[in-house]
Amino acid sequence: MNGFPWLTLIVFLPWAGAALLALLPKLDVRAGRVLALVFSLSTLVVGLALLPSFKHAAAGYAFTEDHAWIAALQVNYHLGLDGLSLVLVLLTGLVAPGALLASWRETRDPRFFHILFLLLQGSALGVFLALNFFLWFIFWELSLVPAFFLIKLWGGAGASRAAYQFIIYTMAGSACMLLGFAAIFAVTGTLDLARLATLAADGTLAAKLAVLGGFWPKAVFLGVFLGLAVKVPLFPFHTWLPAAYAEAPVGVSMFLTGVMSKMGVYGFFRILWPLFPGPLQAASGVLLWLALGGVVLGAFAALRQTDLKRMVAYSSINHVSYCLLALFAVTAATGGVGADGGAAAALSGAVLQMFNHGISAAALFFCIGVLESRSGGRRGRDEFGGVRSAAPVFAGLCGLAMFSSLGLPGLNGFIGEFLIFRGVFALAPWAAAAGCLGLLVTAIFLLTFYQRVFHGPRAGAAAVEFRDLSGRELAVLVPATALMLLLGVLPQILIGLYNPLISFWTAHLP
Amino acid sequence: MMSPQYLWLIPALPAAAAAIGAVAPRRGRALAAGSAIAALAAAFILSCAALRVALATPAEHLVHNFAWFDLGDGVVAVGWLLDPLAALMCVMVTAVGALIFIFSLGYMREDENFTRFFCFMSLFAAAMLGLLIANSLLLLFVCWELVGLASYLLIGFWFHRPEAAAAAKKAFITTRIGDLGLLLGMVWLYHAGGTLLFYDHGNGCLETAALARLAAPAAGGLAVSTAIGLLIFCGAIGKSGQFPLHVWLPDAMEGPSPVSALIHAATMVAAGVFLIARVYPLMSADQALAGVPLHALTVVAFIGAITALMGACIAVAQNDIKRVLAFSTVSQLGYMMLALGVGSWVAAIFHLLTHAFFKALLFLGAGSVIHAAHHEQDIRRLGGLAPRMRITFATFAVGMMALAGMPFLFSGFWSKEAILHAAGAWPVSLLPLGFGLAGVVLTAFYMTRLVAEVFFGPARSEPAGHARENSALMTAPLLMLAVGAVGLGFIGTPAWPWLQSKLTGEAIPARSLFEGGGLMALSIGLVFIGLGAGWAIYGRRARTEAAALDPLAARAPVIFNFLGARMKFDELYAGTVGRLARWAGTLAVGLDRWVWGGMVLLLAKFGELVGVADREADEAGLNAGFNAVSEKLRDAGRAYARAQTGRAHGYLRALAVAFVVLALLIIAEGGR
Amino acid sequence: MSPLQICLLLSSGLFCVGLAGALSRSNSILVLLGVELMLNAANLNFIAFWRFGPAPEAATGIVFVIFSIAVAAAEAAVGLALVIAIYRHQKNIRLQEATRLKG
Repeated sequence: MNGFPWLTLIVFLPWAGAALLALLPKLDVRAGRVLALVFSLSTLVVGLALLPSFKHAAAGYAFTEDHAWIAALQVNYHLGLDGLSLVLVLLTGLVAPGALLASWRETRDPRFFHILFLLLQGSALGVFLALNFFLWFIFWELSLVPAFFLIKLWGGAGASRAAYQFIIYTMAGSACMLLGFAAIFAVTGTLDLARLATLAADGTLAAKLAVLGGFWPKAVFLGVFLGLAVKVPLFPFHTWLPAAYAEAPVGVSMFLTGVMSKMGVYGFFRILWPLFPGPLQAASGVLLWLALGGVVLGAFAALRQTDLKRMVAYSSINHVSYCLLALFAVTAATGGVGADGGAAAALSGAVLQMFNHGISAAALFFCIGVLESRSGGRRGRDEFGGVRSAAPVFAGLCGLAMFSSLGLPGLNGFIGEFLIFRGVFALAPWAAAAGCLGLLVTAIFLLTFYQRVFHGPRAGAAAVEFRDLSGRELAVLVPATALMLLLGVLPQILIGLYNPLISFWTAHLP
Repeated sequence: MMSPQYLWLIPALPAAAAAIGAVAPRRGRALAAGSAIAALAAAFILSCAALRVALATPAEHLVHNFAWFDLGDGVVAVGWLLDPLAALMCVMVTAVGALIFIFSLGYMREDENFTRFFCFMSLFAAAMLGLLIANSLLLLFVCWELVGLASYLLIGFWFHRPEAAAAAKKAFITTRIGDLGLLLGMVWLYHAGGTLLFYDHGNGCLETAALARLAAPAAGGLAVSTAIGLLIFCGAIGKSGQFPLHVWLPDAMEGPSPVSALIHAATMVAAGVFLIARVYPLMSADQALAGVPLHALTVVAFIGAITALMGACIAVAQNDIKRVLAFSTVSQLGYMMLALGVGSWVAAIFHLLTHAFFKALLFLGAGSVIHAAHHEQDIRRLGGLAPRMRITFATFAVGMMALAGMPFLFSGFWSKEAILHAAGAWPVSLLPLGFGLAGVVLTAFYMTRLVAEVFFGPARSEPAGHARENSALMTAPLLMLAVGAVGLGFIGTPAWPWLQSKLTGEAIPARSLFEGGGLMALSIGLVFIGLGAGWAIYGRRARTEAAALDPLAARAPVIFNFLGARMKFDELYAGTVGRLARWAGTLAVGLDRWVWGGMVLLLAKFGELVGVADREADEAGLNAGFNAVSEKLRDAGRAYARAQTGRAHGYLRALAVAFVVLALLIIAEGGR
Repeated sequence: MSPLQICLLLSSGLFCVGLAGALSRSNSILVLLGVELMLNAANLNFIAFWRFGPAPEAATGIVFVIFSIAVAAAEAAVGLALVIAIYRHQKNIRLQEATRLKG
């Protein structure tokens, strides 16, 4: 399988689909949808096709592509796939078709919607595979454009404002990051992430940056950090998120929470941690508090939301913050942390949590989309009642997604959270103890949601008529929940893919 | 032969039945119920086989461990464990469970969600059995939570009733509070002990090497094991309805009666007791440390004692037949914890086993009454059922005697005596014994009250008047449970301590029945005082109409109402914890909107300000200069344009003049 | 008087007649005629200077004049077209009234 540009294929197949749709303006709407879905599914297909040859790989990149591109800037077209990338590529491959199916009935200019969506998907994949900062940043920024239009043009009443807030906020972060990398390029003369990581590992990068003098080395770190933190988002840079997630059309919300929030976390693992081990360690004390703030305050804020999409949006902040909590706990600790397995557990849990949250939160958004589609767009927590009587299958599958999201053992969410707590406890016990509060509050608001919407006598929008799931909706929710069960029982399926990477990371801790 | 690597079959069978029930259509009643009962019966047979293996080598822990998933350079291992404790519990759960399943066939006959009921019940059984045979705290926790899920689903089985939905949520969240303690304890144990396997050929966390490490004094002279033990006990507090997290258990009675019998009386709530018994080596590891301010087990003993007395007090003033039994369960679980705390985990398990039978019997009896009386549960509106429901009455009376601790014949007597003796021998304090003895009086009293109100006197409502005995499908399990409620006591009497020696794996010498007879006599006396007082107040002059005031309420209205309102725990929690959570939520939202959002807004406003200033500067400076220059240019152009008259003659004239001037100039130059 | 001088006198006369006509007539066509006369006076000069100049063998003068006559023909065509356009606009061809191009 070597030699064939598999990675390029992964990145550019969705874009090829978008181009095809753009070139066929006369295409029937139905055919256009199917075409978009096929190209969206290509990611999963190629990702799975790579699995057999991937398994034997050790910690390094199992697949790479490296071609000279812009010689003047020493920019190479450099793609690479290791365990972390593979997990996220598979996640994208799973979430994106589901998101397309969620917006299947979109009537406002569906062709343009699908073009933008495929562009978004390709950009996200590019972020997960690019190993040169220049290339990476292009994908990173390109993902904003379709996301902006998807929110603004197809969103709800406040979509315009939310979209502007989203793009300006993330652009501001990205600008800071770009400046940071400009400085890095100035002192090192390379933008290759792998080379920069080796430079950082032996201290060369820090020494070269120190030449800038004064506050500047720190400013470079802060700039890169800010760009990533806004995207994740890390508390308190999250204020764009609830509005954007709530106003976006359901499919886009699924993609935003399932894939886009992982781009930021991925950046933390792929860029910030390898390139700035020193400054990150120095800042970890504060960052740990911020992640904890996201865990606890995100959950409490979700408790007070009556708009279900906002509720899931806040719970996303809570869940993604666990990943960063684990990372910062590892970076905060000094000396011999790899010994008792705490660091391994935290890192492994963080990667697992990325995948799990992507699946569960996207499934929850999809369920809210189902509620919206049946009630003329209503999605208030108190506007339904007794849906379980009317639609038992929907209630069952949504219940599974909910329990997966609150970390019930036997479903996928638990192993990740357990490993994170296991690791964080070993490294920063008080953070683990305080984080438990987030787990509890998550249970409270999710169960309250379920009680109000599904239980009790039929009321509100479900009082008269409420269809159970259609075939299309089942096609999304059944595989999703089956995956939740499967990963809850056999997490090794996923962990086996990236575990060599975890061993590698823990072996190279300071 | 049932070796440990096949133990997974025991939970797997009900799990498969649950899967069948989940996909079966609503019409597939026979399929769902049949597979559930068959699976549980098969699990019962397997459990008996496992028990035989375990009893052959009672002192050993047979394990089968395997890797669950990789973690860095190591693995996370889980496994199955076979010892007399696990095997006995499996036998009890499958036996009681199978009887309750059969009872449910009759009880749930008219319910439209019959198949789903058996799906959930099988799910519960699978999770519970998995919990019992787990050889890893992690696996135990997984099953522990799944048991909680099944409980949530079954309490909320009639989810269209808002009370049931609320009770289900309350149960899940209240137990989850405890579970988070357990989770923390677990990760701490993993961190400090290096493994979560209980027994692993010398490397497990309950074996000597790890315990020695865990029990070493750490900060403040306290051992790590004390803290871990207390955190694990948090989980038991939640699941077993101990004070202060007992509030969910009475509300859980919103579920169907077989559910109450299986989950909230016989098995699941006992999981907390089982957990503490399972990790007992860890809990007691700090006992060797002298001069420590706190031992983990001391806390367990006091919590148990408080719960035992509190539950009994509240049960006295309840009017719902199932709530009386629910608080009685709380109280009895308190006794078990008390036994664990004072060091006799064997007595706790003994009481757990006997309690499972007689409490299942009582709940099914209550279910039988409720079914016959068309879902009338208020004991003031029942009455006079004894002659019309003879089998139910007789078996209920057996259960009541066992619970009250009627001497010698009934199982509850022997297990309760074992607990009281252990409490009497506790060197730390005699307070738990005092609480336990007070509980004995109250238990006999409230059970007498319950039986008198339900079965004697005239029928005080329409449905109670029409109640008839139920079908054999429902009475047969009652009879079989009644046999257990009587006979099970004899496996652990002082004269023949079979259970004790098998559980501990040591030969325990038989003692005379009358050794320590003083305490036994005292407790027997207390039982009869309770029975007598109950009969004197409620039995002799039976209630004649539903609206009549309770005799106790007439005499001490304040106390009775306070107890009737369950000591106002719910109100207390709603006023403190609930309000605090709401405030925290408001605070988080406010922070978002005003502080973080405000900062962003401020930044945006600042940007806008810069923009405005920039525009003003442009207009005042640059634009004015450009305007002036172009004005000058335009004036010049205008002046030039004036010369363009448009008259062709004028132009020609100018040409002619210019020509003449040119010619003259040339001539003047001299014609060169 | 040499032949050259006679020719130059003739062409000067012709030029003056043309100039006077162009300046004094109000009829556009007559103004054009005047202009043509002045042009022909210049043509006459070309021929004269060539014929009586130092190098009468090379046919430079005659070529010049032929070009000039061609230009004059084109000019006359454009001029007449202009006259027609003026007529269409103001229903006469009096030049002093055609002042639309005033700046």
